[in-house]
Amino acid sequence: MTDTARLLARTRELLTANPPVDTDRLDFLRARFDAGLAWVHYPEGLGGLCAPRSLQTVVDAELEAAGAPGNDPRRIGIGLGMAAPTILRFGTEEQKRRYLKPLWTGEEVWCQLFSESGAGSDLAALGTRAVREGKDWVVNGQKVWTSSAHLARWAILIARTDPDVPKHQGITYFICDMTDPGVEVRPLRQITGEAEFNEVFLTDVRIPDSRRLGEVGDGWRVAQTTLMNERVSIGGMRIPREGGMIGPIAKTWRERPELRTHEVHQRLLELWVEAEVVRLTGERLRQQLVLGQPGPEGSGMKLAFARLNQEISGLEVELLGEEGLLYDDWTMRRPELVDFTGREAGYRYLRAKGNSIEGGTSEVLLNIVAERVLGLPAEPRTDKDVPWKDLAR
Amino acid sequence: MTDLLYSEEEEALRAAVRDLLTDRCDAAGVIARAESDTLHDVSLWKALTDGMGLAGLLVPEELGGQGATHREAAVVLEELGRAVAPVPYLTSAVVATEALLACGTDDLLSRLATATAIGTLAVGLHAAPSAPLKTVRLEGGTLHGKLTGIADATVADVLLVPADDDGLYAVDASAVTVTPQVPLDLTRPLATVTLDGAPGRRLGEAAPAVRRALSAGAGLLASEQLGISDRMLTDTVRYLKERKQFNRPVGGFQALKHRLAQLWLEVAGLRAAARNAADALATGSEDIGVAVAVAQAFAAPVAVRAAEEALQLHGGIGMTWEHPVHLYLKRAKADSIAYGTVGAHRAALAELVDLRSP
Repeated sequence: MTDTARLLARTRELLTANPPVDTDRLDFLRARFDAGLAWVHYPEGLGGLCAPRSLQTVVDAELEAAGAPGNDPRRIGIGLGMAAPTILRFGTEEQKRRYLKPLWTGEEVWCQLFSESGAGSDLAALGTRAVREGKDWVVNGQKVWTSSAHLARWAILIARTDPDVPKHQGITYFICDMTDPGVEVRPLRQITGEAEFNEVFLTDVRIPDSRRLGEVGDGWRVAQTTLMNERVSIGGMRIPREGGMIGPIAKTWRERPELRTHEVHQRLLELWVEAEVVRLTGERLRQQLVLGQPGPEGSGMKLAFARLNQEISGLEVELLGEEGLLYDDWTMRRPELVDFTGREAGYRYLRAKGNSIEGGTSEVLLNIVAERVLGLPAEPRTDKDVPWKDLAR
Repeated sequence: MTDLLYSEEEEALRAAVRDLLTDRCDAAGVIARAESDTLHDVSLWKALTDGMGLAGLLVPEELGGQGATHREAAVVLEELGRAVAPVPYLTSAVVATEALLACGTDDLLSRLATATAIGTLAVGLHAAPSAPLKTVRLEGGTLHGKLTGIADATVADVLLVPADDDGLYAVDASAVTVTPQVPLDLTRPLATVTLDGAPGRRLGEAAPAVRRALSAGAGLLASEQLGISDRMLTDTVRYLKERKQFNRPVGGFQALKHRLAQLWLEVAGLRAAARNAADALATGSEDIGVAVAVAQAFAAPVAVRAAEEALQLHGGIGMTWEHPVHLYLKRAKADSIAYGTVGAHRAALAELVDLRSP
């Protein structure tokens, strides 16, 4: 039997044993995980069947057609996209068995405790300290820009375990219990009026050594896996024409001829073309991934989306003229999801400003493209061989 | 579904064309030819056509062609763009050939496919697929009038001429006066064509044939522009790794790295857009109009910027006649007008995707 046929047969077995209409959502998701149909490229026993990743779409389509419940991936994006691949690669057997299933079903939400006020683009300079005390590590410090921290059960955390070596060498990667009494989550209100993310204060948080991922001092390498997966996950989806930020403005243009001006028309067409080209670039990347030949285009997708989202949403506010002077709602909220289409143009404009900062600034991503894709030399570094404790702060 | 990648056969074709061009079409030779009396490289054209059969890619085998598609022709054009090769490939093997295909089978098609003749469409190179057609007068059974900006006319054996009876006529080059113009891009020469009672043979309806020919020309021009852009980026990256100032390679300065990374991103986009247009043309997709307009509206500024960035980042040497960057700048700038400007393609798109002007 081919991989596809095997997966289809297994999917139908799952549906027969757990008919979606009268199975509890979580029960269904747990059964799906146990059947190896959660993420088919994962190992058996951990939600997968060691099948080619590209065949996930076969399973998903079959389940969707049968009306099966999903795991709402947008709500648990950090767990799925960042924590899970890192646990899979660096976790012990025990850690994989403990964390991956509730992560995938969405029973346990994850967040990421990486950035700090003094360590943004230069993440390796982070100062949150973890000190060994017996079987535990005691963690003190402050993290920032933490989405979902107020919902999260667990966090992936990087902290400094050795200040006497150069900054990349003294970092260790942990799984942090967000219910620990030493974890304090404070909302951080952003320019949209909402608070999607948080500041997280860590005061004498005790993490058992059994929740360490990877070796002591190897946290930077472990974190690279997390960050690579964050950027790769953007390229994987197929987007229809006008599927992104260009959709709402095109709709407004068509439905409201009274707003049209020649000047906006030219810019709209220019951006429509760019949006279509970025969509095609993503589709090309997807076709390469299906063949198992990922191209370097992935590095550029986030850059391209950030710029497009900002330019299109900016033009949309302008197109609206008098209405562009208004804003839908400044109420402080704690949204579970970022929803670009459920809000008005002003929200889109403001929220898109974060696209070139979150998950790696566009400036840093341009450096990555220049150095890793084009092979241009890195800037001279003055911090490489200096112990972390002696760095300028 | 649109296939945006290159097949193994397409990569093999690319390698063969690139090998030939590396041997036979170096930059110094192209620069020297640009000041000579024969702007076209006829011997290179022979090698590409007699040797490799590339003139007949779009023509079915039973008519003497190779029975390949626009996808393969696009790969050839990428390589010709990379080398700014002065050969009439786009004009004869794509545009004139498409016009003849639109008119039905004809003996002339086989001659073009086997490169026993070079043909060119007697429509100004600047004309967009949607532009109103400029025609000559049909009077007393012969053709009269003057057409300007006809690409590769000086090397053509036969011209395909639209006349005011709505017909497209095959006219022997020996029956007209071809006067070279001084072109911005010396690697794609232009000429005026004067018809003073020239006999012509009616091939079919001019308007649909010309529209189809120019649409294919515009769509595949994006692949030539991709070749230009990719070459300019590659050459500039290589140069900036070698060139040292302030005791370090200038390619290590962030201000320059960001510009090149940005350009790389645009070239990656152009590759997707050009493949999309070539695939749409190859499969006769319903989406040809949008795919071609998107590719052209995107390609022209990218190719021009790639050449302009190359010139600036090469510094003084980039401004010299002996350095090849000017060949690419001139070709890229001319290409930004050829088969319709960005504005013309955007206007076409506005209709196609229902984003109408105020």
